[in-house]
Amino acid sequence: MAFREYKVGARMFGLAFGSSMFITLYMPAVDIASVSATTTAMERQLAFGRVGGFSYEDPFLRGHGKPVTVDIVLDPKTGAAIEPTRAYVYTPEIPFPNGVRHPRILGELPSELSVSKGRMTDADEAQGAVFVVRETTREGISVPYIENVTATRGWTPEATLARADDKNRAFIGKGKIMFVREGCWWCHTMLPEQTQDWQYFGAPPMLGDFNGESPTAFGSDRKGPDLTHVGSRNSSREWMMLHFFNPRLVQPHSIMPRYDYMWGDVDADGRPIDYDAWRAAYDEYEAGNTIYPPEVPVPAVDSEARALIDFIINLK
Amino acid sequence: MFKYLFAKNEDIPAGSAAVFFGFSSIVWFVVGTAMGSFNAAKLAFPDFVTGSEILSFGHMRQVHVLAVILGWISMAFAMAMMYITPALGNTKLWSEKLGVWNCFLWNVGLSLGLFLLWLGVTSGREYSDLPWPIDIVVIIGLLVPLGINVWMTIKTRRVQGIYTTNWFFAAATFMVVIVFTVGNAPEFFQLTGLTEAYLTWWFAHNVLGLWITPVAAAIAYYVVPKVTGNPLYSHRIGHLHFWSVVVFYSTPAAHHLMSAPLPEWLKSFASVEGVLILVPAIAFVSNLLLTMTGKWRMFVENIEIKFTITGVMMAIPLNMQGGFQQTRAINWYVHGTGWMVAHAHLALLGFSTFLEAAAVYYGLQTLLRRKLYSLGLANFHFWMLLIGFTTYWVSMTIAGLIQGAGKIYEVPYIDVVIAEHPYMIARWVGGTMVFLGNCVWLYNMWMTARAGTVIPAGRLPHELAYER
Repeated sequence: MAFREYKVGARMFGLAFGSSMFITLYMPAVDIASVSATTTAMERQLAFGRVGGFSYEDPFLRGHGKPVTVDIVLDPKTGAAIEPTRAYVYTPEIPFPNGVRHPRILGELPSELSVSKGRMTDADEAQGAVFVVRETTREGISVPYIENVTATRGWTPEATLARADDKNRAFIGKGKIMFVREGCWWCHTMLPEQTQDWQYFGAPPMLGDFNGESPTAFGSDRKGPDLTHVGSRNSSREWMMLHFFNPRLVQPHSIMPRYDYMWGDVDADGRPIDYDAWRAAYDEYEAGNTIYPPEVPVPAVDSEARALIDFIINLK
Repeated sequence: MFKYLFAKNEDIPAGSAAVFFGFSSIVWFVVGTAMGSFNAAKLAFPDFVTGSEILSFGHMRQVHVLAVILGWISMAFAMAMMYITPALGNTKLWSEKLGVWNCFLWNVGLSLGLFLLWLGVTSGREYSDLPWPIDIVVIIGLLVPLGINVWMTIKTRRVQGIYTTNWFFAAATFMVVIVFTVGNAPEFFQLTGLTEAYLTWWFAHNVLGLWITPVAAAIAYYVVPKVTGNPLYSHRIGHLHFWSVVVFYSTPAAHHLMSAPLPEWLKSFASVEGVLILVPAIAFVSNLLLTMTGKWRMFVENIEIKFTITGVMMAIPLNMQGGFQQTRAINWYVHGTGWMVAHAHLALLGFSTFLEAAAVYYGLQTLLRRKLYSLGLANFHFWMLLIGFTTYWVSMTIAGLIQGAGKIYEVPYIDVVIAEHPYMIARWVGGTMVFLGNCVWLYNMWMTARAGTVIPAGRLPHELAYER
């Protein structure tokens, strides 16, 4: 016996379900696609790189294939003094973010400016490129765009990296991967609520703040403070370092897990980290037998902890 | 199970796939609730197990969620579909072999996916955390074969009409494939920004609204008339339920993102549609409770009805919360707090788990032709689940209200954490009770298969007296 006696029902089902999908998928998609990227969106995706979850270049989420963010005050090509500039360095074979690959994502005007004025589409992944975010005025309105400074000014990735010492390098893209992999967003939202939250945790994001970013990792279940603007509230690297190693060092009532395993085997000076000794010393401190807790090792430049701190500090 | 993978279809005893799915679902329930209990312990005592990436909260939370959704709930659904659909069509399952393979692939695929997820291989999207290759396995290996079996069984039925339960089964197996395919599109096609954020919650909402809720309800539509012997109170109210699920429950996805910068029309639309989910909810609850007329003593005496009607009654607070907490008037206060955690557990551990547990209890007895081993252990399981869940729900609701108040009065966040601490301990106690209850359940069902009283041909399991 077939479904034939349910002809009307089947058609009604198609109509009802199809209408639902039209309203909840097609109409919002058209609306969201018309949004132009803001400066924030461009800074975020250039710092984060192509994707922040599972990907070909980084299937186990170790932070491979991500750009380096640098703050420079000297022109990498000429050596002349320039305005302090934040540049996003993509060494060869590092995948470009989605807004660069598909300029349409940036919205009509920003993509047009990025292509014509910023020469964004001249960038080649095989050669690497350096990007900066610029703003210009169109019909009285400030419009951001992405400039491929490798093409416009001849800043090569190597020369740009060489202009920034360790203090001025930030591994934000790798840090975002750590944020996603370690599930920070299970407890910390990146989206202030529509309440007095705005006074406590800062301004809510704008419509175009996420174009090109994936995953957005807003979080839904808040068990710790919102982190949207955490770098503006607390920009102390040392505090972050202590807090990630053992949150109870700086906040005795915190229920955050310890992330000491993100330090890896050695500290910034190349000395091996003895976790067992550290924990034993900490237990002594916690039991009240010693006055000071053990020293927290400074994370190595290539450690996961360093990248996570860079990411958090830069959530302005 | 393995010997049937390469047997001829006609050599596989009818009901094998359903039995395998049934036992698998109970095992996954034990695993999922064990992880839930472990995670809750870490929230109550942050230094409980520490210094290990694999055993950190951030690596395990999503494994708990997906183990219960895709392991326990969805496999119990598959089990229910594989014995209820043929029973209502007066026929056999279309392909027992496909069912056995489906169960095998389900266990293998889910184990692989959760193992990777546990290692940290994630898409970073809540509820659709699995990386996209595993999503494809879920769609092609798990959901599509199940849908084919259900649809073909309905097509080859030997009765005239299609009963309410089978409308829901047929529609839900179709819709869940659409939901998984579209909801994971951001990973398949690298969609970004607000599209990604919106589709994440479109997926999360529709997995609940078009898969878990309707299939759980469909199970109740079968179990209550079957066990009580009363006909369904109203076929027409069943119609109202079905059509209002399709129309109203498929649209409010954006109400999960009321504070995100999505288009305002979308949020308003979603919010209004969200209130309208009360239509299917009221239709469902009233229909089932009126079906119980004259048989209310079975609510006390019969374990399957006890589970089912408890689940049906939990749909009342569930939908009163669900309908109104997403409106702008209330959402700003409770969103992102423990209130939502409590609500999510009311939906999955309260409402739907009690219905599925009844289906697994009843189905395994029917298929194995064995009376339940011990009523005492089953009652123990029921009360561990009910008291454990209630402890969890009440404590998390209170914790959520504290968080909400902390949010609007701008209390330093750490004071909220301190105030919540007792409720975090209570949630762990409640969750652990559920886990222990499930261990007892697994033992009880195993002993039923081994030592339950054999049910004579022509009799139904609930017509026999218990021996223990």
